[in-house]
Amino acid sequence: MSGTLSENGKAAVLSLLILAVGLIAWEVSIPAQQLAGEMTEYERLMGGGSPRAGIPAPSQVAAKAWEQLSDPFYDAGPNDKGIGIQLAHSLGRVLTGYGLAAAMAIPLGFLIGMSPVAYKALNPFIQVLRPISPLAWMPLALFVIQDSEASAIFVIFICSIWPMLLNTAFGVAGVRQDWVNVARTHELGALRTAMTVILPAAAPTIITGMRISIGIAWLVIVAAEMLVGGTGIGYYVWNEWNNVDLASVIFSILMIGIVGMILDSAFGLLSRRLAYAE
Amino acid sequence: MTKPFLSIERLTQRFPDGKGGQVTVFENASFGIERGEFVCILGHSRCGKSTIMNILAGLAQPTSGVVAMDGAEIGGPSLDRGVVFQNYSLLPWLSALANVRFGIRARHPDWSRARIDERAREFLSMVGLQGEAIDRKPCQLSGGMRQRVSIARAFANHPKLLLLDEPFGALDALTRGTIQDELLKIWSGTGQTVFMITHDIDEAILLADRILLMSNGPYARVAESVEITIPRPRVRTTIVEHPNYYPIRNHLVQFLGKRSKALSGTPSEGRPQVPEAVRIDLTDPLPPEPARLHAIRA
Repeated sequence: MSGTLSENGKAAVLSLLILAVGLIAWEVSIPAQQLAGEMTEYERLMGGGSPRAGIPAPSQVAAKAWEQLSDPFYDAGPNDKGIGIQLAHSLGRVLTGYGLAAAMAIPLGFLIGMSPVAYKALNPFIQVLRPISPLAWMPLALFVIQDSEASAIFVIFICSIWPMLLNTAFGVAGVRQDWVNVARTHELGALRTAMTVILPAAAPTIITGMRISIGIAWLVIVAAEMLVGGTGIGYYVWNEWNNVDLASVIFSILMIGIVGMILDSAFGLLSRRLAYAE
Repeated sequence: MTKPFLSIERLTQRFPDGKGGQVTVFENASFGIERGEFVCILGHSRCGKSTIMNILAGLAQPTSGVVAMDGAEIGGPSLDRGVVFQNYSLLPWLSALANVRFGIRARHPDWSRARIDERAREFLSMVGLQGEAIDRKPCQLSGGMRQRVSIARAFANHPKLLLLDEPFGALDALTRGTIQDELLKIWSGTGQTVFMITHDIDEAILLADRILLMSNGPYARVAESVEITIPRPRVRTTIVEHPNYYPIRNHLVQFLGKRSKALSGTPSEGRPQVPEAVRIDLTDPLPPEPARLHAIRA
């Protein structure tokens, strides 16, 4: 059988096998609730008879997922919205903050990449600001902006700006002098040179920065929404934890992973389209 | 005396040597190129050929001296001076066709897409590129094909002066021969003025009207200007049978082998360094007496 399958085919079979084994191991490792009659007196006295919240079995999570995904956009009040609505809120915040960051980081990165003086002048600020955990900005953002929604967007902005800024600067600074000379001997102006030579030359590096940034933004939004509350997938996870609905918690963790994967592969697709070989 | 089409006057280039002093690559170099002339410059590596090329292209500034083309001083890069770089310098994210279009669009921003496209295809086919090859990216083309695209891009813009920086340096001998023939064909059709750097003596004799010989650095100089007294059209297979071929070739080999070293390192002491005109022609009934050579020099 192994002779007839392609490498991808083998990998897919193996993946499914790992999934099945994992799910079965998970399912059987959940201890069934013991009946009161089977308990020792000591266990009964220790409260063993009362229903316990345990890790739900995969079958319970699957049932929850089916229930949620069959009606993802229902809205039954502030604490009971469909998974689709929550994800849409999170994505909206991520894309707003990320879009603002890109709008600022890419032109600024161009400037830094083109001018060694600008690079040296701005580098100390970047090096200090970059390692700050985005959530550390949250109290300051809440105080200054006075709006939790905008503060969450600000946190996304501040965490996604650095990889894009540094990669754009790096990509622009690394554009081969030969290509710049081609632009010069063709008398291209600064803007035409930037758009038709430097941008396509630096595009793969810039896209890599954008891909790192979107990954970080998606990581950070969950934590940010746990803090600001109201809506979003981060808030949803925390809310279901408060409800001790672990099936929902696991389901939403899974959804965070899937959305993150989709965002990443979208950039992967884009980077393959803009890649070039020398 | 009227100035030649391209005149290089007292061109000097010095670089810091990294120890606080200066290295003089060449100084007071003075020579000219006539309109429609094909001139090759021969010399050892690091003698400053590429520096001269970059100055002519406007990509580098000389320490002192003036380069004028058509009466106007060269101050920076211009579409009037097309460059073919040794490493092709094609934009790798564009197809061969799009690379040529890129050049034409820069030259003629007012042209329609269709007209630009037509001109690009025309020049690509002149260097023997047609069909699906022109839609490939440079990385999918062989070195020879890339250099063809680069030549097509330069010629399609009809620059007043075409600068070729060792265009065939990275190619194998067979490919080199084919593209030399294509270059000759496209050049004889357009009558462009060409200034070309090369390391290859036979290539220079085949292509050039005149060969400038450069001595080694530091204080390199354009020491001789050798006229190629072999009539055109020249064909690679028959050119070697011409009585002038080996005398010229021997002269060049002797220069590169001996005299280029002997001349190295002598400062100009403020005098313009004009190359000595050399004419070797065994088909000429008059023997090349010293007096005759002198007359040509003056």
